[in-house]
Amino acid sequence: MTYDRLTKADRLTEAGGSAEVGDIAESREAVSCTGLVYAFGDTNAVDGLDLSVREGEVFGLLGPNGAGKTTAIRCVTTLLPVPVGMVRVFGNDAAGDRMAVRRLLGYVPQQLSADSGLTGRENVVLFARVFDVPRRERAERVGQALAAVGLSDAADRLAGTYSGGMVRRLELAQALVSAPRLLILDEPTIGLDPIARTGVWEHIDAVRAATGMTVLVTTHYMDEADQYCDRVALMHHGRIRALGTPDELRAGLGERRRAEGASDTAPPPTLEDVFRDIAGSGLDERSGDFRDVRSTRRTASRVG
Amino acid sequence: MSAAPAAPLPASADPAARNLLLVPPTPRTGWRLLPARVGAMCAVELQKLRHDRTELYTRAIQPALWLLIFGETFTRIRAIPTGGIPYLDYLAPGIIAQSAMFIAIFYGIMIIWERDAGILTKLLVTPTPRAALVTGKAFAAGVKALIQAVVVIVIAALLGVAMTWNPLKLLGVAAAVVLGSAFFSCLSMTIAGIVLTRDRLMGIGQAITMPLFFGSNALYPVSVMPGWLQTISRINPLSYQVNALRGLLLGTPSNLLVDFGVLLVAAALSIVAASSLLGRLAR
Ligand SMILES: Nc1ncnc2c1ncn2[C@@H]1O[C@H](COP(=O)(O)OP(=O)(O)O)[C@@H](O)[C@H]1O
Ligand SMILES: [Mg+2]
Repeated sequence: MTYDRLTKADRLTEAGGSAEVGDIAESREAVSCTGLVYAFGDTNAVDGLDLSVREGEVFGLLGPNGAGKTTAIRCVTTLLPVPVGMVRVFGNDAAGDRMAVRRLLGYVPQQLSADSGLTGRENVVLFARVFDVPRRERAERVGQALAAVGLSDAADRLAGTYSGGMVRRLELAQALVSAPRLLILDEPTIGLDPIARTGVWEHIDAVRAATGMTVLVTTHYMDEADQYCDRVALMHHGRIRALGTPDELRAGLGERRRAEGASDTAPPPTLEDVFRDIAGSGLDERSGDFRDVRSTRRTASRVG
Repeated sequence: MSAAPAAPLPASADPAARNLLLVPPTPRTGWRLLPARVGAMCAVELQKLRHDRTELYTRAIQPALWLLIFGETFTRIRAIPTGGIPYLDYLAPGIIAQSAMFIAIFYGIMIIWERDAGILTKLLVTPTPRAALVTGKAFAAGVKALIQAVVVIVIAALLGVAMTWNPLKLLGVAAAVVLGSAFFSCLSMTIAGIVLTRDRLMGIGQAITMPLFFGSNALYPVSVMPGWLQTISRINPLSYQVNALRGLLLGTPSNLLVDFGVLLVAAALSIVAASSLLGRLAR
């Protein structure tokens, strides 16, 4: 496997065809959720989630605020128990063999979570230590993680002085230092300006290309998913409503529209159109935020 | 500038160099896990202190005032039976224990802050059992309290308190300070796991520190207390900590075996309690 950046298509074939990826048949599935239900009080935040992330792909879990993405992620990362259903990470039960699951994960939560009282380097060293990186290779490994996210120069500044985009990249370095097989990113670009968003995605992309790790990412920015994910699942009210490559999903809607008699000159549907088609009117009642998201995004694309 | 170019990983330039980001570290297992995690947490504490020393200075003010004003005054009045030693000397170990406790009680608030900031969440997704995380925090509190104890000892020495310089006894002092801090930090993290919000914990923290302090032998011997307060003092780990510190630093009669036994059991129980409630903070 080369360290050069691969195109999206290259990656797909590689993940599917390379004998290097995965050693036993079972491990070809990086994450599998079956019938996962998680309730806060009376509301089922996750309501019968079935999900399968293949080893080596960048999988996007999309949905408006409140769809249940974070809750599902927290079940996969062992932060929440699995009351109903089954969650496996590379074959390990996320409710049973938690330590084994955690060793395979790099996790970047939705909040900006670097410790502002430590330098960038110290933030990464902490994660090297808690993942048992031996002392003799600690400095080198931490240096490589910081270099991979373009923070070598800022490494010895307090993280409290970093911009939002830099904190996100620092968190990426924290997650990478243990060479995880699965990188889980919860809304990695939320609240960032367009330039920082692109920066974060490019680093995710480069790291992914260089290491071949599986990436599970949630976002409510449909355009980002379209651009950077191999496959996406559209989540709404705690369940997956559609699954496929962004192209497949868009083509599917285009076909349906033509069958319904839409003109051939109509603009091709976006991923967001696919989402609106699936969610229907339900989108507006329980997920009011989605509109805000759209309008911020419009502002964002004007600025960018 | 947040948009640095996405550089390829360092190893790609030089094929001879290993790209460590492709090699998962070998897991530590068994008994070696706990000391490694405790070491990591203590290192973080020291790094933070190195970057921002203001807390070290501001926290020195209160014990200095206690010794300088309360200590000097009551030494003159001779109202408190201390068994023949100057009151200032009698007070110094009590103030060491008190300032260590104030630091440790703050750890519950800190863990809630770390929860809100996402730092705790991320640590909980590392191969760190909850008990190891809590023990790490407990010892980190101990490290901070130790530095504080050194400050108080120096102030006391400057005020003319005659304390031991026997290294073995000082080692015992350090152990007593760390064990006491472990207990009080875990007590506070336990309460954090019950009340879950910072505001409520701040209120409770303030409500329990003063009773713990006054309901101990830090300021006066148990013999002058009313009966009910004697009972409280007898179940208060702070009293045993002060007893041990007095015995070691001043050579006053004390039962070190009982003192350290109580401190050890209290610390162990509170670590168990705090780790079993830590998961609630992650929900
Ligand atoms: N800690 C919590 N307590 C109560 N309800 C929660 C909690 N976390 C999430 N929820 C609810 O669960 C639903 C899903 O939330 P979440 O998983 O955060 O969605 P998303 O990440 O897709 O925005 C929402 O209705 C939210 O209000
Ligand atoms: Mg979320």
